[in-house]
Amino acid sequence: MNLNRANSFQLDWVTVIIFAALVVFGYFNILSASSVGEFTSYFDIAKPYGKQLVFIVSSLILILLILSVDAKFYERFASIIYLCSLVSLIGLFLAGKQINGATSWYDLGGMTLQPSEFAKFATALALAKYISDLQTNIRDQKDQIRAAIVVGLPALLILLQNDAGSTLVFLSLIFVFYREGIPQYYIIFGVFVALLGIATLKFSAGLVCAVLAVILLIYQLFFKRKKKKFKGILTILIFSIGISCSIQWAFNNVLQNHQQDRIGLWLRLEKNPEKLQAMKRNISYNLNESEKAIRSGGVFGKGFMDGTRTRGKFVPEQHTDYIFSTIGEEWGFIGSSIVIVLFVLLILRILHLAEQQKSQFSRVYGYSVASILFVHFMINIGMVMGLIPTIGIPLPFFSYGGSGLWAFTILVFIFLKLDSNRLNEW
Amino acid sequence: MRKVLLFGLVILTGICFIGRLFYLQIYTADAYSISNDNAIRKVFHYPKRGYIYDRNDSLLVANQPSYDVMVIPREVEPLDTILFCSLLKIDKATFFKSYKRAKNYSPRLPSPFLRHLSKEDYAFLSEKLRKFKGFYIQKRSVRDYQTSIGANVLGYIAEANTKEITKDSYYRLGDLIGKQGVEISYEKTLRGVKGVKYIQKNIYNRDIGAYKDGVFDTLPVPGKDIKITIDSELQAYGELLMQNKIGGIVAIEPSTGEILSLVSAPSYNPNVLVGRQRSKNYTKLYLDTIHRPLIDKGLTRMHVPGSPFKLLVALTALQEQAIDTKTNIICSGKYIYGKKRRVMQCHCGGGFRNLNSGISYSCNSYFAMAFRTTIENTPNASESMDNWSNHIKSFGLGDFLGNDLSVGKKGNIPDGNYYNKWYPDFQWGATTIISNAIGQGEILVTPIQLANMTAAIANKGYYYTPHIIKSIEGQTINPNFSTPKQTSISPEHFDAVIEGMHNVYTKGTASFLKVPGIEICGKTGTAENFTKIDGVRQQLTDHSIFVAFAPKDDPKIAIAILVENGYYGSRWAGRIASLMIEKHLKGEVTLKRMERLVIEKSLEDEYLKPYSGEPFEINEQ
Repeated sequence: MNLNRANSFQLDWVTVIIFAALVVFGYFNILSASSVGEFTSYFDIAKPYGKQLVFIVSSLILILLILSVDAKFYERFASIIYLCSLVSLIGLFLAGKQINGATSWYDLGGMTLQPSEFAKFATALALAKYISDLQTNIRDQKDQIRAAIVVGLPALLILLQNDAGSTLVFLSLIFVFYREGIPQYYIIFGVFVALLGIATLKFSAGLVCAVLAVILLIYQLFFKRKKKKFKGILTILIFSIGISCSIQWAFNNVLQNHQQDRIGLWLRLEKNPEKLQAMKRNISYNLNESEKAIRSGGVFGKGFMDGTRTRGKFVPEQHTDYIFSTIGEEWGFIGSSIVIVLFVLLILRILHLAEQQKSQFSRVYGYSVASILFVHFMINIGMVMGLIPTIGIPLPFFSYGGSGLWAFTILVFIFLKLDSNRLNEW
Repeated sequence: MRKVLLFGLVILTGICFIGRLFYLQIYTADAYSISNDNAIRKVFHYPKRGYIYDRNDSLLVANQPSYDVMVIPREVEPLDTILFCSLLKIDKATFFKSYKRAKNYSPRLPSPFLRHLSKEDYAFLSEKLRKFKGFYIQKRSVRDYQTSIGANVLGYIAEANTKEITKDSYYRLGDLIGKQGVEISYEKTLRGVKGVKYIQKNIYNRDIGAYKDGVFDTLPVPGKDIKITIDSELQAYGELLMQNKIGGIVAIEPSTGEILSLVSAPSYNPNVLVGRQRSKNYTKLYLDTIHRPLIDKGLTRMHVPGSPFKLLVALTALQEQAIDTKTNIICSGKYIYGKKRRVMQCHCGGGFRNLNSGISYSCNSYFAMAFRTTIENTPNASESMDNWSNHIKSFGLGDFLGNDLSVGKKGNIPDGNYYNKWYPDFQWGATTIISNAIGQGEILVTPIQLANMTAAIANKGYYYTPHIIKSIEGQTINPNFSTPKQTSISPEHFDAVIEGMHNVYTKGTASFLKVPGIEICGKTGTAENFTKIDGVRQQLTDHSIFVAFAPKDDPKIAIAILVENGYYGSRWAGRIASLMIEKHLKGEVTLKRMERLVIEKSLEDEYLKPYSGEPFEINEQ
């Protein structure tokens, strides 16, 4: 019993320290990005930096709460939490508040709550619960579909609220499926479609299909002598043409204009350099400014609170989605690299811990946490530095926002609680 | 495989991001500096430009405010052009022309729209200016000349051109920079250092406060006042005497090398290059190709020295022991030399000539002999010529003087090599180049070099580099200017030459130019000169040249005068020398008749002759 008690508080301090470092550093960057010319007091809750301080303090309380609850609670109540989350998402259609075109917020008189942030850990719990169920065999197609519905339901609700960025996060759970044993060709198929899609948009569907046909024909003629396989090849070809054309069609008809523009700019569909510059300035104004800010940081950065582009508010949304540009400008190559390394270490550490879990529930949940963090990290920083098309999702622990910070705190600390309890699992 | 996929992707993403950061922040980024950050507005504060005083502390150049209308094309909103034009007193065409030019330069940056508003226009406009968005008034400081003389010495300031801006990054478009005279040679001293304030802009281009609370801001450092060596009274008098003539006067104080006056004629009133008419006036001055008022003739007009050069020929001959003070010849009115028995005419009147009378009557034969003996002193003419050339150059001839004046010319003192190239397959000798003996051959000098040579003779063997700076507020001047430069002639040889120069006044070629009570030593000169008109080489009336110093025993002034096409040396240059010396030493002029004669004399007809297209006579009385 004594041993158990000791173990039950065996927190993984490495994760906690990295978490704390990111949150604290995040706070200072929000302070820098939002205090220009209007700084009153650190505790002024009318200002983002003041509110963020409140969020951080309340996160500490949340952490204590999470750690004090028995680890079994999360497994037992996973379905309930998931259902509550779904209800809160559905509720948005009745009482949601629209901000920046997305109906993702509840207005709670002075402060807003974004249920889609909380849906992430709820879905992760539900998925872990479902996969770890003794009756579930993820290699079975039926169970695969059921698991996909668990993930797809909240994703669909969020997509309907016009928050495409957050929807993408749920796609990251494919890593969990893969880890738990869905067939390899799912992934290969996914990558193939993605590459085909990019090639189609960049070079047009006709050209891509023609090239594909030639490649397959050569393959057929020189490497496979068996006539039997010809049908298979033909199927792949027809299938690819189908995908290619439907992607082209979807791009033109399903995506909204600004999404088309962002992807078009990313793929450099505009060849004329002058027009390209004009597009950069107009369509991806934020990205352009954020790149400029990062670029001007140089090796060592301009120093805390001394970023001229941050202080001049040249980068819109800088304290939320574009917070990394503040880091880039004020802390330079060295500071930004440290942040990236910290994120990588945090995700790897969580993955490592997840692999060590003895219960499948904890492992799947841990894997989900790592996947969700990874996708946020990759999309947000990739977007701010112009590596991927603009997709508006926050940078965990850094971006200003209570829902986000709380949701990520809960996400990480539930896992740490599960992890601290792993010796008791048997 | 299933376990490592996400591991691998996370690490790969991390590496990609750091690579991208490296690309953005190190590989392609320009070194960051606040001066090229467009989130920072730089506001410059121009310090007061230093005043210029003359040697007697009278203020020559001060400053005055000037108002420029500036425009930022991007911020301009539709306006009442008729009202605006009438306020500025311009027509609509000018308005659109200026606006287009500003827009072409940059729609974002301010550029000058109309310069130099008068104070009244400024008052009217500033009342109504708020109606015209995008326009504002920039106050500048421009020069205010307290005098109408010395334009060539004082120079002028104007906006720095692109060449000057690329050369020195201190300057920005619209900054003023010295363009001539002491304004250019003491530019850095006079201008001071402008102060800069870095102001944080926000995305709407509004100022939101000092960048980093102003730690990088600098205060302007005021320009230093300078005192120049010019005696403005003497300068003014020199300019008066030189009116309607082309030429230059350079007067130096031998004991210091200070330039007492530096007259270039014709000159212009420095005030015409200030204000709204500036560019019109400048063009007019620039296009006057006959008088070239913008050229400082005292510093840059190269000409053959004529007879004053005989002084150096004599000194060199004495130093090389080719002659001594008792060597004499009998001049028959010509000097016959060479196998072909060529003849050099002499106008000294003929007779018994030694060093003293050779100088005072400017005997060509005597100096032809002295030069020839010097060169034939050694068997190798080229070596002798090198040696001779070095003696001459030790007087500051044939090279820049290393002074603090913005312009200058080297002149030319030939040496052995020079003639070896000239006559590649001909054994030249002293007689080949005998015209150097009387200062007519290949030798070229500028008036300031002649003045410096005279100062060196007055000092009996050394000179101070002529300079224009007397003192700088709180700063020492170049120590080079107070270091004597020795010539290669021993001091004992000078007495005889000086005695000869004195006799030029007492009984020689300038005997009618005596100034009562002042012992002057001088030397007349008449320089032949040629020009090309429609490709034909034509001889023009000789230049009138004169060098002198006074008083004989304690030289206070050494002076060289060039009056272009003024005929023989004592005719105009000599008269001007006497008047200048009297003015400087006595403070007033008693030779009133001579003064009137000089002032009233105009050589304009002489200068226009070659351009009349008709045949003309030269050297008319």
